Amino acid sequence: MSTIYIMWLRQVKRYLRSRSRIIGALGQPILYLLALGYGLGQVFQRAGQGNYIEFLAPGIIGMSVLFTSMFNGVEMIWDRQFGFLKETMVAPVSRFNIMFGRVLGGATVATMQGLIVFVLSFAAGFRLHLTHPLVYTALAVIFMFLIALFFTALGTGIASMLTDFQGFQLIMSFVVMPTYFLSGAIFPLVGLPTVMKYITRIDPLTYGVDGLRGSLIASNTFALGFDIAVLAILSLIMLSIGSYLFSKIEI
Amino acid sequence: MITVTNLTKKFGGFTAVDDVSFDVQKGEIFAFLGPNGAGKSTTIKMLTTLLHPTSGKIDINGFDPVIHTHEVRQSFGIVFQDPSLDDELTAYENMYFHAVLYKVGTDGLRERIRQLLEFVELWDKKDVLVKNFSGGMKRRLEIARSFLHHPKIIFLDEPTIGLDPQTRNHMWNYIKDLNREEETTVFFTTHYMEEAERVAGRIAVIDHGKIVARGTAAELKRQTGTANLEDAFLQLTGRTIREEEASGADRMRSFAQRRGIRR
Ligand SMILES: Nc1ncnc2c1ncn2[C@@H]1O[C@H](COP(=O)(O)OP(=O)(O)O)[C@@H](O)[C@H]1O
Ligand SMILES: [Mg+2]
Repeated sequence: MSTIYIMWLRQVKRYLRSRSRIIGALGQPILYLLALGYGLGQVFQRAGQGNYIEFLAPGIIGMSVLFTSMFNGVEMIWDRQFGFLKETMVAPVSRFNIMFGRVLGGATVATMQGLIVFVLSFAAGFRLHLTHPLVYTALAVIFMFLIALFFTALGTGIASMLTDFQGFQLIMSFVVMPTYFLSGAIFPLVGLPTVMKYITRIDPLTYGVDGLRGSLIASNTFALGFDIAVLAILSLIMLSIGSYLFSKIEI
Repeated sequence: MITVTNLTKKFGGFTAVDDVSFDVQKGEIFAFLGPNGAGKSTTIKMLTTLLHPTSGKIDINGFDPVIHTHEVRQSFGIVFQDPSLDDELTAYENMYFHAVLYKVGTDGLRERIRQLLEFVELWDKKDVLVKNFSGGMKRRLEIARSFLHHPKIIFLDEPTIGLDPQTRNHMWNYIKDLNREEETTVFFTTHYMEEAERVAGRIAVIDHGKIVARGTAAELKRQTGTANLEDAFLQLTGRTIREEEASGADRMRSFAQRRGIRR
């Protein structure tokens, strides 16, 4: 228990202390919000789909949670060679607790990053039109955390198998970017060509973004309970695989 | 305290540690002396449960690292060749987190941390983030941390690499004092001859994964018929410059240097 807590605390402290990184990581979501939001807003509206910024904001929140989570997971390659994680690998505590604490901490950090983007999206013109804004915001935070949990565990699992950063670019190109672009973060899930429809359905982020959209603008394709169930089950599976791979790490 | 019998580690077809045997007595300071790529770190990693041996037997404080991983991990403290501190935490936090991981009770913990940090002259810097420390300060902190949980054995993998002679001198004084006060067994690796000679009781010279000589510094000089350990070392290991293929860690080390992230 204390191991999980200390690993969690460490991730959170690191995050809160690296202000430049928090701000740096906001550049991309802001750019997407403005460029896509204002650039494509007209087209979107003319196609009868409504306000694009409101549609887009949950997708961009999902994106920044995805990026922060994956980065945090993959950063482990560094951490276990030159960081504090290496020290924990010889500590007389279970590897599962170390991994779980680190993933929980990483997921907490990614959720905070998602919350910052959420707040910023108001500056870009996003509005909540719900009757119980606090309840739905809380629901959105749950979705952010589930997205974060899954992808931090995934990043950690991948990082457990890599010995240096050579594979990093491959992960960005073949895992992170497709996950983002094929999740419905920037386009609606309805009326897609059949192939695209199936591809979006196997992308875990789809359910996260759908849940966020359901919470924030009451526009979801699936039932929110279904979204939560899919994400929770996938996170559990990913945590199991990740902790297995983590326990096998040799340095 | 440490007994190693016919220890071998192969990476694919390459033998990094080749049929190595030695033993270290309780309270002894023992040096593993060898050029780059000799297999020093690989040996330490096997002794400290980080790598599985290909064959051979290890006994650490009565336990086998492959089977009784947990007991072995409780027995030692380690300073790795590469840094292992959290840069975004303070010196005190790094110590405190270590104490939690090793289940050092909270009774008297602050006192213990103070004692060790004063010992390595870092107590007044206890609330400074480690990223603002010099290489020597980080090393001293790592040494203090490795002693925190009263381990029976301390492993130090090239602990003085990149440090100036003053810091190096200080550091060995701390380690020798702690070795005396806490009766900790010390196993360290180095490629500095004078360091092995000055600090260690016994030395094993390792090259290309094999132990090529062992004994006290005086015995090594006698065996090779040389006047100083440096000559003895060159005699034993030859004069060719070592070129090794870069491992993953090496690639990351040079990446760190390019990016200006040094220890
Ligand atoms: N994980 C690894 N995979 C392949 N080769 C390795 C690995 N780790 C070390 N080696 C190789 O084994 C040899 C011994 O390395 P090491 O034990 O780090 O040497 P030293 O610490 O004495 O400088 C080197 O040639 C190194 O390149
Ligand atoms: Mg080495």
